[in-house]
Amino acid sequence: MSVAEAVLASSLKTKLRVDHVSMVFKRGGKSTPVLEDINLEVKDGEFVCLLGPSGCGKTTLLNAMGGFLSPTSGEIRADAEIVHGPDPRRIFVFQERGVFPWLTVEGNIGFGLFKLPRAEKEKRIAYYIKMVGLEGFEKAYPPELSGGMKQRLEVARALAVNPDMLFLDEPFGALDSITRLVMRGELLRIWETERKTIIFVTHDIDEAVQLADRVVVMSARPATIRQIVNIDIPHPRDISSARYLELRDSIFKQIGLAQKK
Amino acid sequence: MNSLAEPRKWEKLFWPILASALLLALWHCSVVWTATKIFPSPRDVERGLAELLRHHVLWNDIGDSLRRVSVGFGTAALIGIPLGLVLGWYPAANQVVNPVMQILRPISPIAWIPIAIILFGVGDRAAMFLIFLGAFFPIVVACINGVSNVPSVFRRAGRNFGLTPVQLLAKVVFPAALPQILVGLRIALGIAWLVVVAAEMIAVDSGLGYLVIDSRNSGKRYDLVVAAILLIGVIGLLLDFGFRRLEKLRSVRWGFRNES
Amino acid sequence: MRGITNIGVRLRPFALIAILLILWEIAARRQSAHLLPGPWGVVHGIADLAQHGLLVKYIVASLFRVTWGFLLAAILAIPLGLTIGWYRRAEMALNPILQVLRPISPLAWIPIAILWFGVGDLAAIFLIFLGSFLPLLLTAINAARSVPAVYVNAGRNFGLGPVRLVYQVFYPAVVPQLIVGLRITLGVAWLVVVAAEMIAVNSGLGFLIIDARNAGNRYDLVVAGMVIIGVIGLLLDMGMRSLEKVRSFRWGYSED
Repeated sequence: MSVAEAVLASSLKTKLRVDHVSMVFKRGGKSTPVLEDINLEVKDGEFVCLLGPSGCGKTTLLNAMGGFLSPTSGEIRADAEIVHGPDPRRIFVFQERGVFPWLTVEGNIGFGLFKLPRAEKEKRIAYYIKMVGLEGFEKAYPPELSGGMKQRLEVARALAVNPDMLFLDEPFGALDSITRLVMRGELLRIWETERKTIIFVTHDIDEAVQLADRVVVMSARPATIRQIVNIDIPHPRDISSARYLELRDSIFKQIGLAQKK
Repeated sequence: MNSLAEPRKWEKLFWPILASALLLALWHCSVVWTATKIFPSPRDVERGLAELLRHHVLWNDIGDSLRRVSVGFGTAALIGIPLGLVLGWYPAANQVVNPVMQILRPISPIAWIPIAIILFGVGDRAAMFLIFLGAFFPIVVACINGVSNVPSVFRRAGRNFGLTPVQLLAKVVFPAALPQILVGLRIALGIAWLVVVAAEMIAVDSGLGYLVIDSRNSGKRYDLVVAAILLIGVIGLLLDFGFRRLEKLRSVRWGFRNES
Repeated sequence: MRGITNIGVRLRPFALIAILLILWEIAARRQSAHLLPGPWGVVHGIADLAQHGLLVKYIVASLFRVTWGFLLAAILAIPLGLTIGWYRRAEMALNPILQVLRPISPLAWIPIAILWFGVGDLAAIFLIFLGSFLPLLLTAINAARSVPAVYVNAGRNFGLGPVRLVYQVFYPAVVPQLIVGLRITLGVAWLVVVAAEMIAVNSGLGFLIIDARNAGNRYDLVVAGMVIIGVIGLLLDMGMRSLEKVRSFRWGYSED
């Protein structure tokens, strides 16, 4: 990290702080350590990717950040308060597609807006439908949508409640490669206009380097942070540039080491 | 889906035992509090059960019920499975047969009792006929669904390897549909067990169903009634359990055969 | 399909019915004792019942019992089952008891029903209640247990309180399974009412069958009763199936 960057980084507010977090799963008398002494600080408006091999515990870490699991030891603070449970200020976009199949596109986007007056609610729904390009599908049910549309719907539902922070758990993993590229572009566009803090779990190195400000490279289970890589390329990123390839290759090496261990 | 943490090992025994004990206590207390002379307490039922076990009638009754179920259910399976496979294989044939089945299916097997008695007289065969009727339709429907749910990729793959239609049915469609067919058979066995008890209350003079109605009619022995009801439950549970074991055994065997 | 005209395809569902009816009529005419009626005799039987006002009276009596027994069972079993399914330990505790009670034919309870409620409507309603309660309870338990955790987590994430969580996430998630369970159980209730009426009361379609046989071997009325039972059972099933087609429930069934 250069000095200038360090100064810039410290001037931003800390949004999320993970402090010596460890996690042990107990099942049938056997205990499996999943996370080991994780320390991480995420700035306001930052886009961070958690990158690691399958089953390494990155989803567990994300769940702990979202408040769905409590760490065995250590603590997680969001806006300086300890995370005790899920909160509408921090919305989790689920790997398994958490859109509700019994609600229409409108119903899903409006799901978290139950406290708003009707007119305001409708305005927001219309705004986010437009933002994710689902116009014309307002009354459609999720089974009638394609995978990419469902994924955009879930992102729209999350954005509609105007959260500070978004947790995305391999959101594009099940999509075909073309749709995935389009969705990455969409997510970056949304991130640049709305400036949310985003924590994004993936096992795809290219995806991480294309999207993130910082990539947190994790080891195999029990997961530890091997390295945090700054991606100092401005958007839109040229994926054939020398710097891009250099960063990508260095992470490749890291992951290779992580798997040998 | 649950709202609490993973249960520990001891809880697997503790909670069921606690619930059963509470239920028995509740039953006992309500008998004591209402001071009923007719309805038995758990102790009475236990003594009734011991009495039934001492007299050999019980084993005859259980044997009779099981024999009726096995013949009725077996016949239903023997006819129902091939018929269901063929109907599932040829949708046109299904279109012809389906309306008839849809009308016959909702008729309670019990409603056939007068017809069963005309056709077979009072006795075993009438009861078996009723069980056959009760088990037949679920089996046929399960086979039809099982076959029509076989992914068409499997059929195409089979045809690709040059299988004749008979080979295709035997080597591809049947094994692929087998899990669903077994589930259908298990449900049908459950229904057969419900029907045999009802049939024995009306159409014959032996078996567990007869034991229930006879204990009441000859001397209001409600302790024996409840004992017999519990026995029916336990034997039905054992049948279901046995069939589940069979499902596992079979599917494992098919799994191996497919791999070799 | 080659060589078969459109009309042929459309007539297909009726072909076998027609053939069976003709065979039945011939068989009925050829038997020496004339005990079993042919289709024509059955139509006469139904007309006979209608003329005496018994048809409507018995249908209403049977439907009345089914409605009450089934509704009571649904009102009690569904909330109870959902609650049990939600709490893993409650499910563990009660499962063995439920498994023993489940294979007991509801009809085996007839002596106890008569002991508690006497011969009459209440006894029959009690039997239908018993026959519907356990299947519905088990359906509700399974439905609650199979709600995907993602849905509940998503609901909590948006800050829903317990009440909203139940009626905005939990309830819509279990409805499709509940409707299938209700349909199957209504079929069971319809089987039970017929059997119960043969033993425990003296009106209704089940009673019609047993009475027509006992009082004068009127087998035309026996079969007429069976046909009516079949048709009403079919209608009940179709009614429940139409519920499954409601748009906001349909997500729970196979997407084709």
